[in-house]
Amino acid sequence: MEIILLLFTFVLAIFLGVELINKVPSQLHTPLMSGSNAISGISIVGALLAAGLSSDTTLGIILGLVAVICASINVVGGYLVTDRMLSMFKTREGNEK
Amino acid sequence: MNILINLAYIVASILFIYGLKMLSKPTTAVRGNQISALGMLIAIVATLLYSGMDYRWILAGLVVGSAIGAVAAIRVPMTSMPEFVALFNGTGGLASLLVGWSEYNTFLNTADGGLGIVQVIAIFLAVLIGGVTFTGSMIAYAKLAERIDGKPTLFTGQQLVNALIVVAVLVSGVVYVMNPGAELSQILFYVTVFLSLVLGVLVTIPIGGADMPVVISLLNSYSGLAACAAGFVISNTVLIVAGSLVGASGIILTNIMCKAMNRSLAHVLFSGFGSATTGGAGEGQTGEVKPISAEDAYYVLEAASSVVFVPGYGMAVAQAQHVVRELGDLLEANGTEVKYAVHPVAGRMPGHMNVLLAEANVPYEQLVEMDDINPIISTVDVCVVIGANDVVNPGAREDESSAIYGMPVINVDLARSCFVLKRSMRAGFAGIENPLFFKENTRMLFGDAKDSIAALVEQFKSG
Repeated sequence: MEIILLLFTFVLAIFLGVELINKVPSQLHTPLMSGSNAISGISIVGALLAAGLSSDTTLGIILGLVAVICASINVVGGYLVTDRMLSMFKTREGNEK
Repeated sequence: MNILINLAYIVASILFIYGLKMLSKPTTAVRGNQISALGMLIAIVATLLYSGMDYRWILAGLVVGSAIGAVAAIRVPMTSMPEFVALFNGTGGLASLLVGWSEYNTFLNTADGGLGIVQVIAIFLAVLIGGVTFTGSMIAYAKLAERIDGKPTLFTGQQLVNALIVVAVLVSGVVYVMNPGAELSQILFYVTVFLSLVLGVLVTIPIGGADMPVVISLLNSYSGLAACAAGFVISNTVLIVAGSLVGASGIILTNIMCKAMNRSLAHVLFSGFGSATTGGAGEGQTGEVKPISAEDAYYVLEAASSVVFVPGYGMAVAQAQHVVRELGDLLEANGTEVKYAVHPVAGRMPGHMNVLLAEANVPYEQLVEMDDINPIISTVDVCVVIGANDVVNPGAREDESSAIYGMPVINVDLARSCFVLKRSMRAGFAGIENPLFFKENTRMLFGDAKDSIAALVEQFKSG
């Protein structure tokens, strides 16, 4: 039963994603891509669990550790880069301040 | 405790959804990104609350990874944004691969451990998609950063090799899924890890620089799907929700990019565009190229009542965005209406030019999209093309033999006059001749884009 619920969540989320992003002005394509890229760093949750719960074998430690490192690069780098980019988008009024 | 954690995951998912929604409007985008970052923080903190966690490795990983990510993100210049987005994307893919692998490793090392069929398949998918995302993004990074040749790399039998690898992966997958604990399956699992990495390289090397916006969007989508697969591996809803959102948004962006180039996704992925398209080039590009000096260009611009800048990758290379803005401001002060027309695939990443112009403080009200400028382009006095080539190629409209025939372009040749800033007469990234250069109303301003614009700015200041 659990798997059906997970699949259900998956399908709904895909549809939601399509609806959310359907019309994006092209000037926001880069920030949207880099912002959603940061969200894909959500695999950090899996990485944390891997690193925290499988420290009984050397390979387990290595896999978990590298996974956490990679995922945090993705998360931290992704959000910071997006923020840097977005903070440059200004309106004319913003410029005159 | 687990209930609390799961409630926190729901909150995180809501924040991701709101964040993405706000990211698609210019006025709310900054907040949107922050909200989504808050969601991520909540998801991470909640995960750390699981009982029985060994924090040593977690802490080490978080510190190292965050430091690398932060330093890279703060140091990267705006012009290198495309390759860094690719790089970050790749690390996300690798993380998903490792999550899958780690789960499999735990299963092998647990005496009475069992894996449901769904988990077994999900592990396979997380490894496969994660691996392709990782090496694919690394190749995209290397191409964008010009560490390797940006031109398509093709070899004979490439399709066949790719097909064989896909078959090998599928066969390994089936054997492994049938009995994940068997010795043969273990070997095949490592074979799958290896092959997925090879596959990522092979599917990305035949794709040329001009197609990079499509590939980056697609890899972005893959990284989301890989996270999603990892979510099925550990039965975690927040991974599935966030991963699907990214997967869907990546597909939409890919679709937009393909439409902007009038090509199907299959064509982008398998054609090795720009390698064998010498076709319509040789035959009779007649006419004469008419160069113009900065001084003469100044007199024309000074008298113009409307000017549209059309930037391309050349502006990024020359780092000319700041002088372009300066020239734009001088023109406005002179009573000229100034706009910046951006083609959806100008540059090497979706929206690349917008980021650069924003960096130079061009207000986004002055940025216009292709579909809005084309209907009124015949009323524009001067179009200034800065390092763009294929996206302003009238051959896409007129010449059926052109490799890019049918691709929507900005019709700068229909403006009253058109200045093309260009280093030399070399063909663009796609390797296609551009009839624009030979048009009656086109003037070529040769030289480095930054120097040329700076010369115009000088003329304005002294004149």
